[in-house]
Order: sequence, then structure tokens, then C-alpha cells
Amino acid sequence: MSWVLIALLLLPLVGSLVVAFLRGNDRLAKLVALAFSLVELALAVLAWTAYDPGGDRLQLTSSAEWIPTFGVHLSFGVDGIALVMIALVAFLVPVVIGGSWAEKLPEGRSAGGFFALLLAMQTGMVGVFAATDVFLFYVFFEAVLVPMYFLIGRFGGPNRQYAAMKFFLYSLLGGLIMLASVIGLYVVSREEIGQGTFDWATLVTVTRDAPLSTQIWLFLGFFIAFAIKAPLVPLHTWLPDAGAEAPVGAGVLLVGILDKIGTFGFLRYCLPLFPAASQELAPLVLVLAVVGIVYGSLLAVGQSDMKRFVAYTSIAHFGFIALGIFAFSSQAGAGAVLYMVNHGISTGMLFLVVGMVMARGGSRLIEDYGGMAKLTPVLGGLFFVAGLSSLALPGTNSFVSEFLVLIGSYPNEPVFTVIAALGMVLAALYVLWLYQRVFQGPVRGTALVDLAGGPGAAVDPERAPVPDLNKRELAVLAPLVALILVLGFYPKPVLDVITPSVGATLSEVGVADPVAQEGK
Amino acid sequence: MTTFLSQNVERLQAPEIDYFAVAPLLIVLGAACAGVLVEAFLPKAQRWAAQVVLVLATLAAAGALLVAYASDEGTPDQGKTTLAGAISVDQPTIFLWATLLLLGLGSVLLIADRSVEPGGAFMPEATPSGGTYRDQAGGGAQALMTREQATRFGMQTEVFPLTLFALGGMMVFVAANDLLTMFIALEVLSLPLYLMCGLARRRRLLSQEAAVKYFLLGAFASAFFLYGVALLYGYAGSVKLADIATATSGTDRSDTLLYAGFGLLVVGLLFKASVGPFHAWTPDVYQGAPTPVTAFMAACTKVAAFGGILRVLYGAFERSSWEWQGVLWGVAIVSMVIGAVLGLTQTDVKRMIAYSSVAHAGFLLVGAISLNEQGLSGTMFYLMAYGFTTIAAFGVVSLVRNADGEATHLSQWAGLAKRSPVVAGVFTFLLLALAGLPLTSGFIGKFAVFAAAVEADMTPLVVVALVASAVAAFFYLRVIVLMYFSEPAADGPAVSVPGAFTTMAITMGVLFTLVLGVWPPKVLEWAGTGAFIF
Repeated sequence: MSWVLIALLLLPLVGSLVVAFLRGNDRLAKLVALAFSLVELALAVLAWTAYDPGGDRLQLTSSAEWIPTFGVHLSFGVDGIALVMIALVAFLVPVVIGGSWAEKLPEGRSAGGFFALLLAMQTGMVGVFAATDVFLFYVFFEAVLVPMYFLIGRFGGPNRQYAAMKFFLYSLLGGLIMLASVIGLYVVSREEIGQGTFDWATLVTVTRDAPLSTQIWLFLGFFIAFAIKAPLVPLHTWLPDAGAEAPVGAGVLLVGILDKIGTFGFLRYCLPLFPAASQELAPLVLVLAVVGIVYGSLLAVGQSDMKRFVAYTSIAHFGFIALGIFAFSSQAGAGAVLYMVNHGISTGMLFLVVGMVMARGGSRLIEDYGGMAKLTPVLGGLFFVAGLSSLALPGTNSFVSEFLVLIGSYPNEPVFTVIAALGMVLAALYVLWLYQRVFQGPVRGTALVDLAGGPGAAVDPERAPVPDLNKRELAVLAPLVALILVLGFYPKPVLDVITPSVGATLSEVGVADPVAQEGK
Repeated sequence: MTTFLSQNVERLQAPEIDYFAVAPLLIVLGAACAGVLVEAFLPKAQRWAAQVVLVLATLAAAGALLVAYASDEGTPDQGKTTLAGAISVDQPTIFLWATLLLLGLGSVLLIADRSVEPGGAFMPEATPSGGTYRDQAGGGAQALMTREQATRFGMQTEVFPLTLFALGGMMVFVAANDLLTMFIALEVLSLPLYLMCGLARRRRLLSQEAAVKYFLLGAFASAFFLYGVALLYGYAGSVKLADIATATSGTDRSDTLLYAGFGLLVVGLLFKASVGPFHAWTPDVYQGAPTPVTAFMAACTKVAAFGGILRVLYGAFERSSWEWQGVLWGVAIVSMVIGAVLGLTQTDVKRMIAYSSVAHAGFLLVGAISLNEQGLSGTMFYLMAYGFTTIAAFGVVSLVRNADGEATHLSQWAGLAKRSPVVAGVFTFLLLALAGLPLTSGFIGKFAVFAAAVEADMTPLVVVALVASAVAAFFYLRVIVLMYFSEPAADGPAVSVPGAFTTMAITMGVLFTLVLGVWPPKVLEWAGTGAFIF
């Protein structure tokens, strides 16, 4: 079944080329892009069924020689963590394509170009999670920047040039610092086993014996790159800009997937490759994580721009994920991975509904809206669902993961966990307050008043000046709502896949704890 | 008396020449002479066609002979020295010769193009004018010609034999096993370049200024080189690299002579390679020279200069490395920082690429001073990768034009993607390669030299290099932003439809950039097949 991964990689690339050639015909381009992404989703389901949670550490593997001079291979394979991330990619891309169907692109830009870039990015994202050769991982890590850069820069908001540049430079700088560590790994492996290699499974057995100082330097190289990606405070400043200026579809993938490369990298590279350094530096990471939770939440409360708001809530959520990873307990670890999935779903949905609000009012500013639920009750309801998922209300998906992270972290890191719990309170504040300002009360705000026919005007639902969700938008949001509820009540299928891999990761760090199996 | 005479005769015996090994060299230099004869005896109307055929045939023949020599069973694995040890046709030489011939081919294709600039990028005849008011006003007298006139007048076809002479000099330079041969080669490659810089059809003043500047500074650099050779002769009693190497290992000779000689020698070499802080000529000359010549200089001269640096460092000074490595660390850092930081402030695309080449020279130097196998093969791979990318980049620059010729000011590139998506796409790819993004040759090259440097315990230097790469990426990205994300200027330049030659050159450069990035193993292996022999 190892061909599934290769197919998952190549299919979007082929789709991207096909769509790029259809730039004259926007409608056809969209349909073809959607078709490719749906086939990709089917392939991902196939990969999911082929994966055996109790089996090998890496499955669906394939390998071919690439650059023998450096010992680089084209090796692919997944563990449970990578598998759920690939599934998330495959799920979100069709949703995003549907969500961007009627996207108002800047003048002179064709929808074909937009969707071709989305699909090209999908290849990069699958590659990042599927690569089991560190060099190959690096290649995908950087390659994924280019389509995102063009998505923001060509199709984004008014300040898109600045945002695209900032996004690219931050990521590139992080990537180059990581490159130093990648080279370092190669040299270490040459010294240890006489033959330079980038094979992840081999490196895990080599670098854990390296001296602590070496481990710390190499760890830091990877960590800085991932901390920029995931964004941890203080390396987060690019995200609000990029998130705010990115077109909605690209924004969903940016916070939903691209940023997860950082947290995925912590789990796949930082922890197993440098176990001693990970433990040594865990307090530092935990401080950054907790600061991120509180700081991101507070800034989210203070935002006046809805897209920046979503970006700051993400910074807070990434704090939770980092906390779960570096608390070194299998419950917290599994919670963190589940959080990665859930955050992709709930924040993706939040981004989409914000996009739908903006598509109606034409403004990103919260103060331009008010009482919108009277005009668009369905949109209001779904916005509320997305918000509740984001604040981790019991019964929604995020609750399970946030709860796992907190109870899993508490035994090891009580202080940090208590501070992190503040984030839950703040989350309720920022979500509900946003909802209240935008959707409740009388119709107000410049974006709506003109459309609704004057302040306080009686609204006639029959001739709604601000249309409620249409069928396409409902179809886009329906699967997200379904997943929010299903994973809220029955996360077992996902946890079953995640838990063994998290356990294996922790045992590579050397801190496996006995509660592992009760965590579900 | 008779014995004395016979001894003398014996001593004067001509050195043995392995004609097969040096055949590519002889062909290139011979064809250069033939090119001069073509200039002398053919009527003007036929010269262009004759020269182009001659040059292309020469490069093809030289390449074929090189392949034949490299794959011949009689050739020792490591190659051999010939001409009494003055020329060494070893594996690095074969690699660098092949690189030079391929890059030379790309440059010649750009030089030969007559459709992008009607009549070619070179001035139609020797004109004394340079300071006329019309020149200062803009395009110069030639710009006032109509398209038909320009095509009829054609161009100075002397540029073709000059190119071949320079190329021949470069080939000797990378193969020279003693410093005196190297000096001769340096002059043979430099003098034609000085001339070629001054041949631009448009912006004559700028072009001539570039030529004079390059000549004066180049002459100084040659003097430094020669002075260094003299001091090293005083130190080692020989100009052969191998003898200097022997002398450096444990003798009571004067270290002052060694240090001073080495310093002066290296300054001369670094100047040619446009390594900062010896780069001052680079932006002006790159900007002023006709763009095809700039491409030739940027690609081939870089290969030749670094080929020479590698040979000198590995051959003569490897054993005294602890004495000079620290200094070259500093030089590499200065070069990377100057290139990256000053590149940020440039508003002219040719000057920007010039500063980028200074930064790249710093990266190359990082590989060159690693002094291990990976350093040698990595640097040579980098040279090939960088050369192709640069030639294609200058090819694209030559296409973006307005009524005054090339539109090199960056503001004129705004919105280029809208006017001609293909050209903008190609240039974007090349810029990403220069920035060193994965799946381009630039990344593999950077990886190779940095890996070698880490292996040689130069990790701090590599960190500086990576930071410099990140800074340099900013100005490449700025051009992409301009091309893609900005609205085109109302009076912006049009993109010429490239002629067959320019198209071929750009295609070749882009293909190599892509292939060396996606599937580099063969070339990497080839670059790593053997060491220098002396």
C-alpha cells in the first residue's frame, strides 16, 4: 500500500499543473480543482484504513536513492501523528476550495491561478508530513513557502505585499537556521557511523548518544524554525499580518496546516532526535508556551480586526499544543496531537465564517458590524458553533483535546498548567464578546446599516438585504460542524491512531509513563 | 667544451606535450587566432555568420575532445600533468573545463543574438564618441539609428575572438600548476574582458567608464598577484605549486616572505573572483558592460577565478592553512555581509545581481577554505550551478527593454508578470535559485559547501553564511514582489521577443538550474571523482 503516499503526493501536483493550464476558464478550473481534491480525500481515507495503529513505528514506507553523495533518500512513511495530519490536509483542501469558490480576487487575477497554487501547496504539505528523510523534509518545508507566498502576495488584502514578504522572510530565516542543524546532523552521523545519512529512523539511534552540548545546538536550530512556524511568542509577529492579509482560503490552510508543521516538527524531530536537549530545554519551551497562551488570548480580546482576531486565538492555541508536547506525558502528548487536528477544524471553520461575514459586509473591522444575527440567522448560528469549538466547550471537539492536555500536563508541570488554564477563561471572553459585538443587539455598524436600510430599520426576512448562507456555503460548513460534534463525543478513532505513536515518541525521549493506555 | 654544449642541448630539450590532454585548450586558442583572421579577411557582411559558426564549432569540438580524453582508457584515473608539469589535466580541471565550455556556450549564444537589440548588443564600429551631448542625454548616437540601420550596420564581431581568447585564458588558469603560467593565463583572460566591457552599443559613457575602471583596478590586482609570485619565489625558490607546498612544511625559511607573498597573491585572485572587500569594481562593471558580456564575466570569470583559488590553496598552501585560514574566514564574512547588505539598497537590477555575486563569492570561499574533499567538490558544483543561473538571469535582463535599451531600473520591472508571465516566471525561478531555495541548483550548491565547512569545524562561519543568505533573500524577493504584486507602471518597458540564440541560452540556464536542483547525484559524483594532482 505504500503507493498511497506517493499518490497522495503526486496527485495534487498533477492537479495543480492541469488547473494552471485552465486559467482561461475559471469555472472549469474550479471544478477540476475540486475533483482532484476529492480524489485526494478518498486516497487519504484509503491510507487511513491501510494504517495499522498497533503496527510498526513508520508505515506505508517507500524509499529510493536520491543524492547518494550526501546519503539523501526519497523516503516516505507515516506514523499515527503524520497520518492524522495528512488526513487533515486532505479534508481541509476541498473545504477550502469550496469556501473560496466565490472569492473576490484582486483585479486581473484568475481563479485558475489561485486554485493551482492551493493544490501545489497541498503537495508540499503532504510531503512535509510524509517525509522520513530529514533532508527531504527540509526540501518540502521550504518548498511549501513559495505557493503560500504567492497566495498571500497575489490574492491577499490591501497590505498583502508587506504580509507576504514578512511571512516568507520569517519562515526562510527559520528554515536556514534549521539548515545549519540539518547539516550538523549529517556531520554527526558521519562521525558516528562513518557514513553520512539523513534517514530519520537511523538518526534517532545516532543522535541520542551525542553529547548534550551538541544536542542542544542542533535542537535549537530545529526549534527556532518550528517556533517561528508554530508561532510561539516572541516569534509570532508574522502570523497576524499574514493571517489578516491572506485570502480566506489560504488563511485556513496557513493556520490550519502550515503552522502545524512547527508542532509536528517538535514531535517528529526535536523530541526523538535530541531527547536530552528536549528535557534540558523543556522549561524554556513551557514558559514560551504559557506566555503564548496568555498573551495571545489577551491580544485576541483587544483586536478590532476579525482576521487578526483569529490569528491571535491561534497563537493561544499553539501555546496549549506546545505545553502538551513538552509536558512529556502520553496523555498530554495525545491531547496535543488531537489538538492539532481539532484546531485545524475549529479555527478553519472560524476563518471561513469570518470570511463569509466579510463577504457580506465588505469589512474586516468588528466595529463595522452589529446585530448581524437578525439579518443572517444561520450564519450567526454557525459562527457561534465555530466560536464554541474554539473556546473548547464540552461537547465540541476542542474540549477533549484541551482537557487531555491540561490533565496530562498537571502531574508533571502543575504551575504551567494552572496558568494555562487561564487561557480557557480568556477564550470564553474573547469568543463570546466577539460574537456579541458582531451578531447581537440591534443592527448597527457602517458595513450593515446601509445594506439593511438605515439604523434600527425593521428587517424583512423576505427581502433580506444581507443574504444568509447559500447552499454552497452550507455545504462547505456542514462537514466541519459534523466533525466538531463527532470528535467532541467520540474521539476514539483518532486517538487510537495517535496514542501509540505518541507513546513511541515519548519512549524515544525516555520518559514513557504508565498512564499511557488509560488516557483515552 | 663539447660536453658543456651537449649538456646544454639536453637541458633545452622541449618538454613532452600530451596533445590529447590539452587539445580542448589548443582548439579554443587556435580558433581565437582564426577568428582574428576572419576579422581581417572576410567582408563585414559575412563576418557575423562566420564568427558564430566558428565559435560554436570550436566549443563543440573542444567539448567532444574533452569527453574523449576523460573517457579514454589510456587516461589515468586521476588525470595527468603535461608541458613539464605546467598544466595539470586532472579531474577537477576536466570538470572546470567542461563547466567553462558549457557556460562559454551560453554566453556566446547571448553575445551572438542580434534580434533582441537590433544588430546586437555591441557597438557597430569603433567610434571615438563617448562624451557627446547626445550620449549624455541618454542612448548615445547609436540609439538614434533606426532598426533597419542598426541591423544593417551589425556589430563589432571582434567580440567573438576576444571571447575565445578570454575563455582559453580561463582554461589555462584553472589548470596551471605553477604561478607564472597562472599569471600569463590571468592576463590572457583579463585583457579581452577589459575590451569587451567597453563595447556596449548604448550608454556608451557608462560602458567606457566600466572598461577603464575594470582595467585600472585589474591592472593593480595583476600587479599584486605578480608581486606575490615574486615574494613566494623568494621564499620557496620556485614558482611551482608543489615546490611551494614542500617549502611550507617545516623549514627555517622566512615566514615574512611566505605571508606577504601569500597575501598579495590571494588579493589578486580574490579581486578576479569579486570577493569582498576586493569587489569594488563589480557593480560598476556589471552595470556598464553589455549584458551578454556581464553574463560571461559573472559566470565564467567566477569559475576561472575560483578554480585558480582552489588549486592554489590546495596545492601550495594546504599545509600552512592554520596560518591563513583565519584571515580568509574574515574575508568570507566581509564578502557575504557586503553582498547581502549592499544588495538591499540597489535599485538597478544589474547592480543587484552584482552584489548578489559578491555574496555568492563569499559562500564559495566558505567552501574553498574548507580544504577537504567535500569542499572541493562542493565548490565546483556550486560554480557550475551558479554560472548557469547567472547566465539565464542576465539573459532575462537583456529582454526587458524600453525605447532607450534595457530597462534595468527596478521600478521599471513593476507588474512585469502581467505583461509577460513567462519571462517573470522564469526570472522568479532564477531568483529563487540565487536565494538557494530547495529544488533549485542553488540549494544543493549551498548545502554542499556548507556541509563541507561544518565538517571542517567552521560552524560559526556557516551560521553567518546562513544569516547572510536570509538577508540576501530579501532583495531577490523584492524583485518578485515588484513583478507579481505591483501594478505595472504606465510607461513601463516592453519585453522583447527573444531571438533563437537568447532563448537557447536562457533555456539552457533554466534547465540546468532545475535539473541540478532536482536530480544532482550524477554531477555531484562527477565533481567528487578526484583530487588535484600537481
